[in-house]
Parts: sequence; C-alpha cells; structure tokens
Amino acid sequence: MMDPIIFVLAGTLAAGTSMLFAAMGELVAEKSGVLNLGVEGMMAVGAAAGFVTVATTGSHSLGFLVGALTAGLLSLVHAILVTVFLANQVASGLAVGILGLGVSAAIGKNFEGTTVEPLAKLDIPLLSDFPVIGPGLFSQDIMVYLAMLLAFGIWFLMNRTKPGLIIRSIGESPAAAHALGYRVLLIRALCVLFGGAMAGIGGAYLATAYTPLWAEGMVAGRGWIVVALIVFGTWIVPRIVLGAYLFGAVTLLELSIQAMGLNIPSQLLSASPYIITIIVLAVISRNKTLISLNSPVSLGQTFKAGS
Amino acid sequence: MRSIRLEPRAEQSLLASFLVSGSAILLTLLAGSMLFVFYGKSPVAGFHAFFVEPLQTQYGIGEVLLKMTPLLLIAQGLAIGFRARIWNIGAEGQLILGAIAAGTVAIWFETSDSLFLLPGMIIVGALAGMAWAGIAAWLRVTFNANEILVTFMLSNIALQLLYYLVTGPLRDPQGFNFPQSVTFSDAAMFSILLEDTRVSTALIIALVASIAAWIFVRRSMLGYQLIVGGLAPAAAQYAGFSAKRTIWISLLIGGAAAGIAGVGEVSGPLGMLQRNISPGYGYAAIIVAFLGALHPIGIIFSSALMALIYVGGDYARLSIGLPSAVTTIFQGMLLTFYLASSLLLSYKIRFSDPRVAIQRSPAS
Repeated sequence: MMDPIIFVLAGTLAAGTSMLFAAMGELVAEKSGVLNLGVEGMMAVGAAAGFVTVATTGSHSLGFLVGALTAGLLSLVHAILVTVFLANQVASGLAVGILGLGVSAAIGKNFEGTTVEPLAKLDIPLLSDFPVIGPGLFSQDIMVYLAMLLAFGIWFLMNRTKPGLIIRSIGESPAAAHALGYRVLLIRALCVLFGGAMAGIGGAYLATAYTPLWAEGMVAGRGWIVVALIVFGTWIVPRIVLGAYLFGAVTLLELSIQAMGLNIPSQLLSASPYIITIIVLAVISRNKTLISLNSPVSLGQTFKAGS
Repeated sequence: MRSIRLEPRAEQSLLASFLVSGSAILLTLLAGSMLFVFYGKSPVAGFHAFFVEPLQTQYGIGEVLLKMTPLLLIAQGLAIGFRARIWNIGAEGQLILGAIAAGTVAIWFETSDSLFLLPGMIIVGALAGMAWAGIAAWLRVTFNANEILVTFMLSNIALQLLYYLVTGPLRDPQGFNFPQSVTFSDAAMFSILLEDTRVSTALIIALVASIAAWIFVRRSMLGYQLIVGGLAPAAAQYAGFSAKRTIWISLLIGGAAAGIAGVGEVSGPLGMLQRNISPGYGYAAIIVAFLGALHPIGIIFSSALMALIYVGGDYARLSIGLPSAVTTIFQGMLLTFYLASSLLLSYKIRFSDPRVAIQRSPAS
C-alpha cells in the first residue's frame, strides 16, 4: 500500500501533465492573438492517434510524435480558417473541436477498451531515494519532467527572446507588427500549429501514460479546463503551471474521496472540476484590471493586412 | 503578376447567405465522399444510405422531423445570442435542466390527467433552462466571467445532476434499479402529430418559435439593439443600449428555448427521465444556427439538414456499417466549410494586377 502523501504528490504531477502540455501550447497561440477553443478536440485526436500508434508499434516516442502531428494537422484547419479565411475564432475553434471529437472516435474505434503498456517510470538517482518526497516527485515518467521543461522553455521564449517578443507584439497589436514587416498571419498560424501539436502530446500522454487505456471521450473536458487555465493564470507561465497541477489534484480528489469511503455522491465528485473551474474563473475574472493588463489585446480578433 | 485582393462588400445580401450555406453543404458532401471511400464504401452507397434512405419511408421522414424539433428550437434561441456575440455553447445543459424540471413535475403528478399538466411542464422547463443559462449571464455581468467557458462547464454539471437524479431521488422504485424514472402519464406527453411516426406537436412549438424569432429579429426594437450590440459595440453604447441587458436577454432566450426542447424530448420520444436525453442536440444546434446564417428562416432549413444527418448516420451504420463517428465528422465539416465559405459573404475576391493599380493611383 502506497503512502497516501506519496500517492497524492505523484498523482498530482501525473494528472496535471496532460493539461500542462496543452496549456503551454494554447498560451503561445493566445499570446499571438488567436483563441483556440478546439483544444478538447485536438487532445482527443492526439490521444487516439497516440494510443493506436503505441498499440500497433509499441513505441511511446512514436506515439507522441504521431499524436502531435495528427493534432497539429487538425489545428492547421483552425489556423487557416482564422488567418486566410478571416473566420470568427470562437466559431472556428468550436468547428475544429467537433471535427476532432469525430476524428478521434473514428481513429480509436477498433481499439475501444484495449490497453497498452504505460510509459516507464524513471527513478532519478539519489533524489528518488528521499523519503516521501523522493518517490512522490522524482519517480515519474519522462513526460512529467519534459512538461516542466517545456513550461520553462515557453517562459524563457516569451520573456527573454526576440521571437517571443515578436509573438507578443503580434498579439498586442497585429497592425503595428505588420507595419514593422513581420508576417502576422504566418506567425499566428505557426503559433496555432504549435498549440495543436502540444495539445496532441497532452492527449497522447493521457491515453498512453496516465491511463493507458482507450475509451472514446477519455479527454473528458480537460481541453476546456485548459482554456480556462490560461485565464486563471492570467497568461503568465508560472501561474498556469500551478493551475495545471492544482486541477490535476482536483481530478485526483474524486479517486481519493472514494478511496476514503466518504458518502458523497460520485456525480458530485465528477462535477467538482467543473464547479471549481466556474468559481475560480469568476473570482479571477472579477479583477478586470488584472485580466486586461495581461490578456493579449488582439485576442479573438481577426487580422487582415491593410484594413 | 496578378495578385488576389479581398474587398469588403458594402452590404450582405440574403441570397449570398444562402449561397454560402449551399457551398458549405456541397464541400461537406465532397469531403464526405472521400470519407466514404476511406471506409471502403462507394460514395453513391454512402450518400444513398445517408440522405436518400431516411426519406424513402414515412417513418424515416418522421424521424427526421422528430430530431429537427429540438435542433430548430435551440438554434433559434442561440442565433439571437450569436448575433449579439454572446456565445452560449451550453444549450446541452440547459436542455437537460429543462428535461429534469419538467420531468420532476410529471413524476410528482404521476397520476394526473389534467389538461394543464403539459403546459405547466413546458413553462417549468423553460424557466429551468433560463435559470441554468442565467447563472452564466449573472457571472458574466457581475464577475466578467467568460460565458463560453461557464456555459460549457454548466453543461457537464447538468449531466452529472441528471445522472444523480435518475440513479437516486427520481428513480422508478419498481424499475429493477434501472437508472430511469417512472413512465410519464398521457397528460404529461405531447400528442403525436403524424400517424405511424414519433413526430409530436412539439414540432409546432418549434415552428411557432421560429416565427416569433423572425418577428423579434426583424420587427422589434430589442432585437435590433441586440444586432447592433454585436456588429458595433461602440455604436450600441453611444445609442444607450445596455450591454448587460444584451447578455441577460441573449442567454435567457437561449436557455428558455433549450429548456423547452428538453421538455419536448422527455414528453415526446422518451416518455421518462433517463441517463441519455440528448445525443448532443445542444452542440449540433450551434452548427445549425451558423449554417442557417443566423437567420430564422435559414435555420428551419439547416435544422432539417442536421436532423437528416443524425438519422442518415443511423441508417448508414445499420445498412452499410459506417461508424457513428462519421455523423460527428459531418457536423464538424459543415461548420468548418461554412466558415471558410463565409469569406465570400463579407468580401469580394478581386484578381488585380498590382502594377496597373500603381500606375492608376496618381490619377484617381
């Protein structure tokens, strides 16, 4: 029997990882001014493609790669709709999200209920021998650490590098960035593509590492929580990371409370991540200055050069 | 060298709106035929199963009209909000709440044969849908919380609430532990509109709602204010149109329509509360609203098409073994291609020679 503290620590990191990947991708897209409401569908496609790849080839790396590529391909539809066809970003995200859920179900159809070998856990030498914290924090699969590394990388890219500055300027004022000679639409499309690929990796992580079993609809609203996470985190990387792990803990709450044998209706526990999302969203959004200071000014608006 | 330019159109014609929807449908069919080929079926067989077979029998047509009812009702409500750029994507949850509230009334008055039972249920269902959407309106108005996320989250909460009720308080005590309520009495049911089908009089409500929506959008000051608020928020503010009222009205109308659609399901084809009340009507209605160009008349056609896709998907699964995911993919493609085609609605595409333009410009 695992120590409960170890279980919670280890579980929180693993549960937050899929959302962290997707959230970092969504952050980059939103920083460039494009809202992507199709994260749920992209995670679902990544999960299905990743799972099927691992189930047929046995290679997890290939699974993540195929998951990223497939979801990236789907996000390309969103990117083209909002840049070339000047489509409303909300409607386009919904369209691509629905498309993704359908494609995901189609890809995974013959694998319903099957399992794959989960991703191996890595024991970090010395650190993992620490009592309690060791097995909790330092005995995870590699993607848990890569997600953290990605978060750091995105923070660095956005705040310390020129490409990050360009992306941010496009999100703040696409007209000014265009006048400076930056290719607004191309860069936005690339950011959306990156977002899609990361959502795909997040989805693939869910299906091949976190719960290595395929069930249609297994993303179960996480993609939408990711979109909300960006608002909670007010577009700031460390806050989003914290949010992803906090919501990882919330999804774990359901399991822990059931394990404790408390007499709470299971449906209330299943609804709790959504209830908590609404409450946190209301509390954070209430501070309008906080939101307007940090959200990219052009977020959600189409940009057409010369208009 | 010739270049392609986009020129904004001065006004959008109704004909152009319908052309855009037509183009979206055509492109979906084209991509759909590739999907059929991918599944090893001939496109002819696929389209026959999807779009012809359901319309060959009276029962099939009835099923299309049956599924059209909630789609039409919900999409009319949503379109009013979408015009004002209030994105209620949680009609699924508002439908479920309407079903739960009306169902509770029907179960409470299990033995009643009052003529007022069904009208009472419709009102209660509408109010419950409004209340659920009202939560999102209130959170948006007082806390600035994004209504897209809130309405979506509320849908998931509604689903869990339904699961809780049909496995607990509202479960049929004699139902062998099945997660469903008692069967509603006849007085709690819509009557059948067309013989030998399951089409109920709820369809009439949906059609009347469409006329009401048309009058609201075209002839009322409030409808006009909502449209202005969506097209030109600054102008709406100068004119003194309240942004808060726009949010409230958009969400409440959408919630009421979805709530009534929920009553139509439990008091129509289902006849009881159970775990599955809607196969995603609330989400499909978003597509229906767009495909109908957010126009009350257009939505009548697009809801019929979406209903046909639902029924056709079932037929295609049974007759040629296509997976049910194809239905969802069709839905996603419709909206995707609609948005791509919409470019032609707001812009004219001009093929021009930039050198000519430069030479001409000093003179003009």
